[in-house]
Amino acid sequence: MTQQSDPKFEALLRLGDNTLILGHRVSEWCGHAPVLEEDIALANTALDLLGQTNLWLEYAGEVEGKGRSADDLAFLRDAWDFRNVLLVELPNGDFGQTIMRQYLFDVFNRMNLEALTTSADRQIAEIAEKAAKEAAYHVERSEGTVIGLGDGTEESHRRMQDALNVLWPYAQELFITDEVDEAMAEAGVIPHPKSLQDAWDAEVRAVLAEATLEVPEAHFGHRGSGKDGRMHTEHLGHILTQMQWLQRAYPGQEW
Amino acid sequence: MSKEWPLWEIFIRGQHGLSHRHVGSLHAPDAETAVKNARDVYTRRNEGVSIWVVEARHITATAPGDKGPIFEPSESKIYRHPTFYDIPDEVGHM
Repeated sequence: MTQQSDPKFEALLRLGDNTLILGHRVSEWCGHAPVLEEDIALANTALDLLGQTNLWLEYAGEVEGKGRSADDLAFLRDAWDFRNVLLVELPNGDFGQTIMRQYLFDVFNRMNLEALTTSADRQIAEIAEKAAKEAAYHVERSEGTVIGLGDGTEESHRRMQDALNVLWPYAQELFITDEVDEAMAEAGVIPHPKSLQDAWDAEVRAVLAEATLEVPEAHFGHRGSGKDGRMHTEHLGHILTQMQWLQRAYPGQEW
Repeated sequence: MSKEWPLWEIFIRGQHGLSHRHVGSLHAPDAETAVKNARDVYTRRNEGVSIWVVEARHITATAPGDKGPIFEPSESKIYRHPTFYDIPDEVGHM
């Protein structure tokens, strides 16, 4: 268990780690997507997410005040110090599962960023302003693909439904609220995660209906063990091994 | 039915006041997706302010074999180029 640190630092890590880990996951498609156009689009999305990561983690390091840069935070922390939700660290699965995860996250990210544009913290508001436009495009893109594949062929429909069944319980973690969220929402720094849930639910369900997909009757949601760092899936360690090996093997290496 | 998505020709306006210019082609299942794909494939480096997409089969083109009858007649008619006027410097590039 880590020492309780500054809630603003924690909140920024959550923002930055979500986009870092998802960005890394999406980048794994580079050169492997089913068609060239999707390959480039996914790589663009990954780069956008890494760009957002850079802004969040840079500021996180500043708030922490121990002289850590965005790179230090990305490449020199171990799994238990990561604050991303489990949804983003899951393996990509097939293309359909990747797109479904992207869509579920994109809608949350756009809504969260829009709310963050009015943050009491000026720097957070400015970062959100910049990132919200990218996030809006990400939603446009993943939403269209979810509908196209969901309401597509028999096979694409089946794959999208399978993806939704796997991912839906994980998506619920996005709205779990703990004392860090409470404190930061109270201070007007971030929106209360719960306050985004109804709008997210309404928008996502409408799109899934258009995609002829059925939202699973989830009797459970994954508990918020990723965002507070209590427990990650086994997959996070594997991502970090790949992502961090160069800085671990050759500390301080630059090129 | 072919499983291949149709081919779209992509036109991008680089900046306000310029014409749309053909930049290449890509595959997409429908027009909306073609616009999105064009955005991702051709405007990553801030190349455009407007995108047009046209399904390639809707473009009617001159046949390479007709080059002679279509284009050659104008080759010898240099009087159609108003090159013999003195253009004042203030006019700038025409």
